[in-house]
Parts: sequence; C-alpha cells; structure tokens
Amino acid sequence: MDMDKVFKALASPARRRLLDSLRVRSGQTLAQLCARHDMTRQAVTQHLERLEEANLVATVRRGREKLHYLNPVPIHEISERWISKYERQRLDALRRLKKKLEGEEHG
Amino acid sequence: MDKPEFVYVTYISTTPEKVWKALVDPPTTAQYWQHENVSDWRPGSKWEHRRSEEAGKVVLVGKVVESDPPRRLVLTWAEPADAAREETHSRVTFEIEPIGDVVRLTVTHDRLEPGSKMLESIREGWPKVLSSLKSFLETGRPLPKLW
Repeated sequence: MDMDKVFKALASPARRRLLDSLRVRSGQTLAQLCARHDMTRQAVTQHLERLEEANLVATVRRGREKLHYLNPVPIHEISERWISKYERQRLDALRRLKKKLEGEEHG
Repeated sequence: MDKPEFVYVTYISTTPEKVWKALVDPPTTAQYWQHENVSDWRPGSKWEHRRSEEAGKVVLVGKVVESDPPRRLVLTWAEPADAAREETHSRVTFEIEPIGDVVRLTVTHDRLEPGSKMLESIREGWPKVLSSLKSFLETGRPLPKLW
C-alpha cells in the first residue's frame, strides 16, 4: 500500500471527520454520512473515494447499499514503522497524562 | 443485526495459497501471531486458537462454518467459557482475492455483543495481527511480539 496516499488522505480535516464518524458508527451508508456532515453529497463521495484508495475505508455491499467501515490497518503500519513496542507503553502514559490535563482533543 | 461490525483490509505482496497457509497452518500462525490455529478445517469441525507459549493454552474456540481454500474461510469465534452457548458466538470471515500481483485479504468480524470484552480485544488485535502477517509474508520477518 502506498503510504503517500495514506498521508494525503489524512491531510484533510473533512476526511478525518468522516473517519471519526465511522469509528463511532461503523457500516454507514453514503446517505447517513451526508446527513451527519455539512457537505454536499458530491464532496462526501469524493472524500470517501480518496479514503478508499488509501485503504483507510473498506466497503461492503449489502443489496443496493454500500456500507463504509474505518480500516485502521494502514495507520497501524505507520505506527509500527516509527514506534517500537517498548516506546509504546511510555507514549501511552504520556498521552493519558495529556488527555487528563487538556481533555480530549480533536483535529 | 445483520451489518458487519468491523472490516479490516490489507494488501499483501504474496499468493492466495501462502495467505491461506498462514491462517490454517499452526507452525506458520505461531510465527507471526504467537498463537496456533488448530483444526482439520472441514465445515462443521471445531477449531482452537492456542497460545504458542503457556503449554498451548486455548484462548478462543469455535466452529468452521465455510472452508474454500485458498479463497474463503468462515469461523465462529468465542471464549472457551462460552463454547456451549453457540448463539453468543461472534463470526469471522476471511476473504482472499488476488488483485494483479498482490492479494487483498479482508477480515470481517461480526455478530459481536455491543460493549463486550471480545469487541474491545478484537479492535485492538486485528490491526496488529494483519500488520504482522503482511510483514511476515513480504519480508519473512513478523513484527516484534504482539502481546
């Protein structure tokens, strides 16, 4: 999988919000995603295409509907590339501290 | 609920036969998963997921629902304590599709109980297992110990 595509897909706040939405509710249709985001149907469709090309979104057909799922595997591969297992525990502790002091952040 | 709960996809530069072997051959699963998947892989048979260490402690059990090598494997998936309560078992579908010179492996895990421990552990587990499988098949080296 092309890592450039993953980073380019993640560079857009709108696409990150679509991934956030799929993390909370997996298996949404295009219509459901449009209803939850202040974007045109065309914009959501294009963002989903970019996310699917980057393998960040997986889709399943159910009859006439196409359901969308967050696929975290490429993000895990990125984290494996730069973070070792032993660093991970300390990074988790740092993240918990930051979260406690600042509250949950979005971006 | 008929919708799959989680769908994981990874593209691996290998053959469908090697992906299949990596799912069903205990010495191979041990190398990248640190667990062995043990069964005769016939529909209706039981399967077990055993730790490679700790004397092969059984941590997951289930039945083989469909087995179509090297394309499609469907298993039920449960904790050993729930083995007899088949109506509570979750379900895992592996689909192996060649696309050009790579293989697309799709893992769908559904019929999960909302809020269950199983749901939390598979969300953490599948990305690790699939990244390690990809690394193992492409480079011969799995990721460092997953658990």
